[in-house]
Amino acid sequence: MNRLQKTLQLDKKLLSIYFTAGYPNLNDTVSIIQELEKNGVDFIEIGLPFSDPLADGPTIQASSTQALKNGMTTALLFDQLKDIRKTVQIPLIIMGYFNPILQYGVEKFCKRCQEIGIDALILPDLPLEEYKTLYKATFEKYNLSNIFLITPQTSTERIKVIDSNSSAFIYMVSSASTTGSQNGFSGKQTDYFKRIAKLKLKNPQIIGFGISNHETFQTAISNAKGAIIGSAFIKIIIKEGIAGISSFIKSIRNF
Amino acid sequence: MNYNVDEKGYYGEFGGAYIPEMLYPNVEELRQQYLQITAEESFQKEFRQLLKDYVGRPTPLYFAKRLSEKYNTKIYLKREDLCHTGAHKVNNTIGQILLAKRLGKTRIIAETGAGQHGVATATVCALMGLECIVYMGEIDIKRQAPNVARMKMLGAKVIPAISGSKTLKDATNEAIRDWINNPIDTHYIIGSVVGPHPYPDMVARFQSVISEEVKKQLLEKENRENPDYVVACVGGGSNAAGIYYHYLNNPKVGIIAVEAAGKGIDSGESAATSKLGRMGIIHGSKTLLMQTPDGQITEPYSISAGLDYPGVGPMHAHLYTSGRGEFISITDDDAMKAGMELSQLEGIIPAIESSHALAIFKERRFKKEDIIVLNLSGRGDKDLNTYINYFKL
Ligand SMILES: Cc1ncc(COP(=O)(O)O)c(C=O)c1O
Repeated sequence: MNRLQKTLQLDKKLLSIYFTAGYPNLNDTVSIIQELEKNGVDFIEIGLPFSDPLADGPTIQASSTQALKNGMTTALLFDQLKDIRKTVQIPLIIMGYFNPILQYGVEKFCKRCQEIGIDALILPDLPLEEYKTLYKATFEKYNLSNIFLITPQTSTERIKVIDSNSSAFIYMVSSASTTGSQNGFSGKQTDYFKRIAKLKLKNPQIIGFGISNHETFQTAISNAKGAIIGSAFIKIIIKEGIAGISSFIKSIRNF
Repeated sequence: MNYNVDEKGYYGEFGGAYIPEMLYPNVEELRQQYLQITAEESFQKEFRQLLKDYVGRPTPLYFAKRLSEKYNTKIYLKREDLCHTGAHKVNNTIGQILLAKRLGKTRIIAETGAGQHGVATATVCALMGLECIVYMGEIDIKRQAPNVARMKMLGAKVIPAISGSKTLKDATNEAIRDWINNPIDTHYIIGSVVGPHPYPDMVARFQSVISEEVKKQLLEKENRENPDYVVACVGGGSNAAGIYYHYLNNPKVGIIAVEAAGKGIDSGESAATSKLGRMGIIHGSKTLLMQTPDGQITEPYSISAGLDYPGVGPMHAHLYTSGRGEFISITDDDAMKAGMELSQLEGIIPAIESSHALAIFKERRFKKEDIIVLNLSGRGDKDLNTYINYFKL
């Protein structure tokens, strides 16, 4: 069992944060991770920036563009993270688009992840079918869980296939949309959360996209194992820097 | 070897559907239905009728006598420039709009580079009374102003793409994001043989009317169906796919693809994907694309907005790596000169995209008895400003 699988078994609702590596400053990666752990975040998605992030809204697009301008690369990210397990215990996931990983070499990438202590990958544009036939064995060899997305439009039949090919959690995209904050969830969205909860899947569900504050976080965790915040976190980092992390996390959990 | 798509959506090792899950239901719906719907008799009847009465097909196969004399070979031009809206792009938009209607879609989105595909999409949306939104790079909006005005007259909404290089690649990103955000009522009319399977194959099939006609026309004129070569410019590769289609698996017919070298292959300002690209993933397709060693997609350059794309369709990536296709890159300067030459030798002002194809006669010798069919993909009206500035007219 990897760290992520263990965390998902804890008897509590989980909060995860996404941030773009290399943003706002090239060398913020490790400090952001440490600060998030210190403030009780349960696991982290480290965004590997890509020039053409198709599934992302304006906030994450802008952070990716800036991170690349700052000089972020796959090799540099691995270099920044090489000693991360000396200080950080919580599960770490790398989220990115498939092309940079394909160019780095999938096997080499997975191997490096294991050496560093990465627990899972989220690659939104690596389709299930290609994963199964070409890459699943490699992911498993390096003890990496692959996380798949589902949306309100994903058929029950496909959700079951995704569930059977998952080994950590299912990333439940809150609505048909690119990433970005919205102000609240509609009745239609909560119906969808409940519909999925009723399927009693093997893997827990974590809700992401559009979670921005205490209220949306509460709605998400009352229908799923946890929630992921991305764009709203990036906005705080722009405004307040690393110093703003602590109060932001407190405001989400409302301690 | 087979150069068509296989049942998994690949051309050799290129193609596939590398899309986020949000797009899966729409792309899967298309994949399951496109062959069946487009094969229906009622579909074919409506498609053929519109191509004839509305687009003006068949387009002429014109023997370019003076051009042939100059280069001492036999050159035929397939006159896609005479299609309604001024380029081959409309063959595809007619097909896709009929498909979209049968899928019950009410809202149409498209990307455009030169504006030709945007105009062709806006045109068929007006024809069918459907809402139309076109994404266009901010830079292209400036260099293709007449086409922006045409789209607006046709009732389309043109949304500038302001991310990245602000050209075709970014307009395509924005269109894909729109589709993610509007998964129920919207159909995305992609303008070339790019994107996730089944788009490359679907668009190629709609454009295949070009070589279907060439076969008949050449039989009438030369008493043979097969030319020695078919030639086309390649941006994404749809006009090329159209003129190659019925010759793909016939090794007697040479396939020549012409890419934009921009200011020169090694100038850092180029769009010659076969020379500068490596296998990677762009817009949902595994294909050759221009990228950094780290896998970031780079910004291409060409004087021609329609060729200013960092990838090529997977069919063409396969034609290139398998050796079936001969790829030639043409600089801005050589293309512009070839455009002027055709205007003065034949009285036809070509689109700058097509001018790239025309420039090969200075690059490559043909035998006197060779029969070459070159796809004149569009007319030069939209490019007048570029021609004016370049030649100080
Ligand atoms: C006249 C003309 N030719 C060629 C192209 C390039 O597209 P494709 O390679 O898909 O034919 C365009 C694109 O806008 C065009 O307008």
